[in-house]
Amino acid sequence: MTVIYILWLREVKKYLRSRTQIIASLGSPIMYLGVLGFGLGPIFRKAGEGSYLQFMAPGVIGMTILFTSMFSGIALLWDRQFGFLKETLVAPVPRLWIMIGRTLGGATVAIIQALLIFVCCFIAGFRPVSFVVLPLALLFMALIAIVFAALGTVIGSSLKDMQGFQLVMNFLVMPIFFLSGALYPLTNLPKVLALLTRLDPLTYGVDGVRSVLIGVTHFGITADAVVLAGVAILLLSAGAWRFSKIEI
Amino acid sequence: MIRVTNLVKRFGELTAVDNISFEVHRGEIFAFLGPNGAGKTTTIKMLTTLLKPTSGSLELDGLDPTVNRDEVRKRFGVVFQDPSLDQDLTAWENMEIHGVLYGVPRKERRERATSLLQLFELWERRDALVKTFSGGMRRRLEIARGLLHTPKVLFLDEPTLGLDPQSRNQMWTHVKSLNETDQVTVFLTTHYMDEADRVAQRIAIIDHGRVVAIGSSAELKERTSTQSLEDAFLALTGTTIRDESASSADSMRQIARMWRR
Repeated sequence: MTVIYILWLREVKKYLRSRTQIIASLGSPIMYLGVLGFGLGPIFRKAGEGSYLQFMAPGVIGMTILFTSMFSGIALLWDRQFGFLKETLVAPVPRLWIMIGRTLGGATVAIIQALLIFVCCFIAGFRPVSFVVLPLALLFMALIAIVFAALGTVIGSSLKDMQGFQLVMNFLVMPIFFLSGALYPLTNLPKVLALLTRLDPLTYGVDGVRSVLIGVTHFGITADAVVLAGVAILLLSAGAWRFSKIEI
Repeated sequence: MIRVTNLVKRFGELTAVDNISFEVHRGEIFAFLGPNGAGKTTTIKMLTTLLKPTSGSLELDGLDPTVNRDEVRKRFGVVFQDPSLDQDLTAWENMEIHGVLYGVPRKERRERATSLLQLFELWERRDALVKTFSGGMRRRLEIARGLLHTPKVLFLDEPTLGLDPQSRNQMWTHVKSLNETDQVTVFLTTHYMDEADRVAQRIAIIDHGRVVAIGSSAELKERTSTQSLEDAFLALTGTTIRDESASSADSMRQIARMWRR
């Protein structure tokens, strides 16, 4: 337990110390929020869907978690050659603990980051239906964070060099974001797109956060939670397996 | 302390370690010398449980690293060729995490960390982030950390690479005195002949994955009728330059170097 705790603490400490990085990583979500949120707002309203800012804020929160947690997982690739990870791999502790400590640390950082974005959304004019639901929203955020931190671990353990990183960004992370319904409603989509969005775990995450925060949902809150939890268990197992296979 | 018998490691077509056998005695400083790509690091990785051998047997303090993995891990400390410190943490925090990972009780952990940091002349900088440290300081911290859990064997894989003569000299003085006072067995690899000559009691020369000669520096010189260890080394391994093809680790190493500046 102490081992998991100290590895978790390490990730969080490192994050809190890197002030510039915190500010830099807030840049792109704020841009999406500001430019798209206000830019597409009038059209969205004309289409009779209400406030676009209200609609997309949960999506931007989901996006922040996606990017932050995936990065922390993929950073493993770097960490195992030049960083601290190698030190943990020769320590007399089960790799599973190391993987759990690291993944939870990455997930925690992603949640903190998402809360910062939540505050930004609030300042921009986003209003949740009530503040009582915040713990429930936090639960969904945690689920999203664990899903993608685990996915990042799977990828970070499997990649051989940094070249693969760009590939993952372009063909996995960006599609996951754009297919998630973070930016558009899932109703009346073309068949292919509708199918793809259903295969994307982030879709259920964003839908879950949205249903909690603004009371709009596509799949229903229970379905969202069940799918996310299922995917989380699956990816955590895959991550643990890939992580146990790392040879340096 | 360490016994390696008929050890083989293949990566696909490539045979990195080709049927080597040797022994390292308790309390000894043992050096592994060899050109690039000779199989030094691969052997260390197998002894430190990071790689599984293709065939052959390994023994460290009477235990098999492929079977009693965690027991073996408690018995050695290691400094890898590439840095493995957490640069965004302080020297003290790096020591703390290591102690927790190795299950050293809190009181003992603090005492040992304190005395080791003092010994390696890092005590004043214990609360500074590692990224503000010079190359020599980082190496010293890595060695201090590797010794925190009182290991019986210390592996040093090219620990002086990229250090200036002052840091190298100081580092070996520390390692030598530790070996004498605490009886820590030291297994090191290096490219610098003078270092091996100075600190190691016995030297194994390895080339193309095979041990070509083993013995004290004097014995090696005598066997090849040469004056210096460097000449003996060249007589045994030839003068051809080994052009290793770059691995993915090499290309990452290059990027790392770029970032550090």
